[in-house]
Amino acid sequence: MLADKDRIFTNLYGLQDPGLEGAKKRGQWDNTKAILEMGPEAIVDIMKKSGLRGRGGAGFPTGLKWSFMPKEVKERPHYLVVNADESEPGTCKDRDIMRHDPHTLVEGCLVASFAMRAHACYIYVRGEFIREREALQRAVDEAYEARLIGKNNINGWDFDLYVHHGAGAYICGEETALLESLEGKKGQPRLKPPFPANMGLYGCPTTVNNVESIAVAPTILRRGADWFAGMGRPNNSGTKLFCISGHVNKPCNVEEEMGISLRELIDKHCGGVRGGWDNLLAVIPGGASVPLLPKSICDEVLMDFDSLKAVQSGLGTAAVIVMDKSTDVIKAIQRLAYFYKHESCGQCTPCREGTGWMWRVMTRLVKGEAKVSEIDLLQEVSKEIEGHTICALGDAAAWPIQGLIRHFRPEIEKRIADYSKMAAE
Amino acid sequence: MSLRRLAPPEIQPASFAFTGENAEWAKAVIAKYPQGRQASAVISLLWRGQEQEGWVSHPMVESVAKMLSMPFIRVLEVATFYTMFNLEPVGTLIQVCTTTPCWLRGSDAVVAACKKHIHPHEKTVSADGKFSWMEVECLGACVNAPMLQIGNDFYEDIDGPITERMIADLRAGKPVKPGPQNGRASSEPLGGAATLHDASLYDGSIIGKYRPVAPAPAEPAKKPGTP
Repeated sequence: MLADKDRIFTNLYGLQDPGLEGAKKRGQWDNTKAILEMGPEAIVDIMKKSGLRGRGGAGFPTGLKWSFMPKEVKERPHYLVVNADESEPGTCKDRDIMRHDPHTLVEGCLVASFAMRAHACYIYVRGEFIREREALQRAVDEAYEARLIGKNNINGWDFDLYVHHGAGAYICGEETALLESLEGKKGQPRLKPPFPANMGLYGCPTTVNNVESIAVAPTILRRGADWFAGMGRPNNSGTKLFCISGHVNKPCNVEEEMGISLRELIDKHCGGVRGGWDNLLAVIPGGASVPLLPKSICDEVLMDFDSLKAVQSGLGTAAVIVMDKSTDVIKAIQRLAYFYKHESCGQCTPCREGTGWMWRVMTRLVKGEAKVSEIDLLQEVSKEIEGHTICALGDAAAWPIQGLIRHFRPEIEKRIADYSKMAAE
Repeated sequence: MSLRRLAPPEIQPASFAFTGENAEWAKAVIAKYPQGRQASAVISLLWRGQEQEGWVSHPMVESVAKMLSMPFIRVLEVATFYTMFNLEPVGTLIQVCTTTPCWLRGSDAVVAACKKHIHPHEKTVSADGKFSWMEVECLGACVNAPMLQIGNDFYEDIDGPITERMIADLRAGKPVKPGPQNGRASSEPLGGAATLHDASLYDGSIIGKYRPVAPAPAEPAKKPGTP
């Protein structure tokens, strides 16, 4: 188990003071000026060497992303935008950062903005997180009050931080949809290129990062790239917030080392699977968008980007959704299909029409009211959606269904056979 | 996609105006964005309007469009795209999360309680005119499932009977405590966490312990594998 001294979010559960005094006592805002004095290149260099990969789901190397920003500020200002539109089903880690450890994020915003030569940063919080937004705003106000941020602050980099919010749209977690929404439009993703580092918010160079990616940055910069890179496995380094929900005895959020085994994660922190490990049916290891894994894979799999990719799933946001043997797994995935149908922005035809179509077929499959050949048709249609849309929502809608067919096809066929038998009688 | 339209003309109010306090607040919000980018404030303004009136009406959309120098249709798009905007009166709205993580932990029982004590159909105001309920997609409190949202607050770690009691209390005007309903503080494992017990994390001894060190200038490239 990860040692307490190596944890970054030491007030994850809100048992300590989330305010500035408490945060300082936990080592945040500790000589931030010294970090900035290293200069933007050194900061980006450390972030690259730390091996931090983006914590929002895609796992893109954070330092590399920061290095895409222009090295000089010309007529267009630079922006940092923090994606706090946490809506991936199963995920509730950024929520705890914002309400319990908000100063990790506020300090991270300053450091990251400095590294990318941005004087302004917007944090886009999902609309439903009203209390979290208030908590974050309190932290921002405290930081202004203490002149840690703002004009002529004690850290020596003029910096304004604004909290912005949405109003209920999963798609705004996609970075370009988020930028559209921030500009006051419908949250419909943009075609890339141009990438946000060239043309982002208001047409200016912009980097969009997840809350967790930004919030871990100050600690990495203080303790060094080697410390962070020394945890986990090569190319999958550091610590990660895991959210374990569903059929475990004690669902919880916890910060753990990357590459911890799924079984250890569940047994050590969540009191095990309800009814014991042998009662496990399947796990969705990284939020609703990644394919589920049957127990046989869960027995051995490690929780990091490359290990989960190797078993045709993904770490995503590290939201572990556990299902025991009492679960109707077809219904569980059908409910996700409804989610994607509901959240499709309507811009691309394959997604707009396809998510509804897949949901309707899945709904019949739950009852078994279908032909066996429709399983192949469903697989084929999901492949027609995957990769044929502007953003990854189409892929995200297709993957859970593909995972279900891959691992639970006999279950679906049995459901169909039972239904036909019942109908015939 | 969900089909969302403004309420029919017969229930639309004749006019809308922000209260003096809210109008002042709106000015401060618009100032958060660069000159000429005031459209960025559209969600915030509609949200404040909804907080004031309970729902987003046609005159409100017109008024916000005028305040932000936006065409009416652009604000209408926003009001109908984002599902947290109520486009008709809803009373006290109980939003029950039923996405898979909540469903696995028993959100069906929460929905059943709402059907029994509010209305058999979602998005329909109860007979006493006080409540309505609806199923919503993942609200982002999955380790505290099942859960629901009323107004600004989450009510977590609930079940059927707890939901029934909460609705009864709200009806009687009694306060209901937000957050987990099973004795947890937040997202820690029930009964207490196995982590974050090291007292040295909290006594201030960490201050000054770590000093950022700039990396050495790039060395000439070595062959992989050489020490």
